[in-house]
Amino acid sequence: MNILVFVESAEGKIKKNSLEAVAYAYAIGGKVTALALGDVGSEELQNLGKYGASSVLHVSDSKFNQGVIQAYATAIAITMQNESADILVISDSSLGTPIAARVAARVGASLATNVVSLPDTSKGFNVKRSIYTGKAFANVELTKTKKVIGIKKNAAEVKEVGSPVSVTPFQVTVPETDFNARITSSEKATGEVLLPEANIVVSGGRGMKGPEHWGMIEDLAKTLGAATGCSKPVSDMGWRPHHEHVGQTGVKVAPQLYIAIGISGAIQHLAGVNSSKCIVVINKDADAPFFKAADYGIVGDAFDVLPKLHEALKAAK
Amino acid sequence: MKILVCISHVPDTTSKINFTDNNSRFDPQGVQFIIGPYDDYALARAVELKESSGAAITVLNVGLVDTEPTIRKALAIGADEAVRVNAEPTDSFFVATQIAEYARAKSFDLILMGRESIDYNGGVVHGIVGELLGIPSVSPVMKLDIEGNTAKLAREIEGGKEYLELPLPFVAGCQEPIAEWKIPNMRGIMSARTKPLNVIEPVAVDSGIKPQQFELPPPKGTVKMIAPENVAELVSLLKNEAKVL
Ligand SMILES: Cc1cc2nc3c(=O)[nH]c(=O)nc-3n(C[C@H](O)[C@H](O)[C@H](O)COP(=O)(O)OP(=O)(O)OC[C@H]3O[C@@H](n4cnc5c(N)ncnc54)[C@H](O)[C@@H]3O)c2cc1C
Ligand SMILES: Nc1ncnc2c1ncn2[C@@H]1O[C@H](COP(=O)(O)O)[C@@H](O)[C@H]1O
Repeated sequence: MNILVFVESAEGKIKKNSLEAVAYAYAIGGKVTALALGDVGSEELQNLGKYGASSVLHVSDSKFNQGVIQAYATAIAITMQNESADILVISDSSLGTPIAARVAARVGASLATNVVSLPDTSKGFNVKRSIYTGKAFANVELTKTKKVIGIKKNAAEVKEVGSPVSVTPFQVTVPETDFNARITSSEKATGEVLLPEANIVVSGGRGMKGPEHWGMIEDLAKTLGAATGCSKPVSDMGWRPHHEHVGQTGVKVAPQLYIAIGISGAIQHLAGVNSSKCIVVINKDADAPFFKAADYGIVGDAFDVLPKLHEALKAAK
Repeated sequence: MKILVCISHVPDTTSKINFTDNNSRFDPQGVQFIIGPYDDYALARAVELKESSGAAITVLNVGLVDTEPTIRKALAIGADEAVRVNAEPTDSFFVATQIAEYARAKSFDLILMGRESIDYNGGVVHGIVGELLGIPSVSPVMKLDIEGNTAKLAREIEGGKEYLELPLPFVAGCQEPIAEWKIPNMRGIMSARTKPLNVIEPVAVDSGIKPQQFELPPPKGTVKMIAPENVAELVSLLKNEAKVL
């Protein structure tokens, strides 16, 4: 069975979520081909072999330096046909999920996004999807020969299973009209750990009282190599940028460790964090609902606990 | 300008989720249904565009008759007419095919949806509709302005934003802060009663998805409380017990 994996890159580097996609494809079993579009470092591409890719195709055409949804979908669909790939694995992201949708419709594939586990092929081809914003799961059977699978973070474990492979330059012809949605500019936080990909998230709520106190959250995050997040009111009030807002209507995170400070734990917030492995809650109100969803809790004033926690973490390093 | 807004009918964000019939079916008992929160942003932006430059808004839902109160609410917020495709929305591909079938001959200038439904969480209906109609699809869109035949958008990306320009028509999956949610006023509610709500029958689709079973996440164990003066203990637990540091 041939499996194609679309690997996303940022600033020339393969994204961590895409390594999970390669690992996922490898675990399904079969011949795994990775496809990268636009400017990506060659060593990065060769190293995909370590995580399970048996070959790597690279379309280096500078037209693909920006992630235009429709053009990417066409390029991937063409590659799928060319490689006789039955399965496409993509990691769910702001680019990956919209692309998965178009490719599936184009090639006539069964489509599942938000997939949290490896397929069960003992009877048919079944995957488990996260639904109701993390409040439940659905087991679905993908019945068509062709399948497009969008995986959620942590659906597969990235392991070294092979060695670097050579990269094959590849060309695809995409109609000009696919570039009709023209990207004119972009703004991106650089040098920070990105929230959707972070292993540790330090998140603050309205209990932090104001944007001027975020230095404490940022310092803690820096020491932990963590990303910073926040509750919805915090981004609504402009204390923090919108892309940091975690929850049902914001970013859904799945880190190893989520530290919530001064967040009450409204069900809409919990919906975005309930896939975290371990949750620590710091809140001055012992009755805050977040404690019910936590693994560890401290009842205390954030302004008193945070500096102490920071010292303890530095000491333990 | 003709705008199509597609809305899902989903459990209120505070709902507890349960299943019945051996975990094969969602249990609607005691659940309040709402317009999908992201779809509500799409609708609000459509109403703003109508107010600022004039537009006719059609709202569409794929659902059985019990979704009609939700559809009426969309009419009360400002849509002009509604369409219900009379079918259970079993999966994204099914829903998208119904939407594309309806929209194909209607030459909408803009098709607005939410970035994702909060029941199915596919995040894909807009992309499939775009593909089936052969027009661009953009998601998640947090800003949308129309100037003549061109739209200017901002799309959220991991850790930032991307600005785009594209010609109409296209499909957009919307999210905040594209507009402020609108609450229907009395006049809206009254007029919604007489606005047209057309029911059409679905087309047959082989979507290639068979739902097997639903399950709930395992219950969370009890929380371990640590005294505020013992933060060092927390650090050691995170290291040695939870093994997350
Ligand atoms: C449709 C819908 C969608 C929503 N989506 C989201 C979403 O995606 N994400 C989201 O976060 N919210 C969402 N909300 C909002 C949600 O319901 C809550 O209002 C919000 O999460 C509350 O944010 P908060 O916990 O920061 O603030 P609050 O509820 O005000 O809680 C502040 C907490 O800080 C504690 N505190 C105060 N001072 C201190 C101190 N000095 N030290 C320690 N603790 C302190 C308080 O005890 C309290 O628990 C949504 C709401 C709706 C209706
Ligand atoms: N049953 C439905 N009827 C109409 N529109 C829908 C329906 N389900 C989903 N949508 C639209 O498609 C968007 C994306 O849904 P999904 O791909 O399921 O996450 C939603 O935000 C809605 O705007």
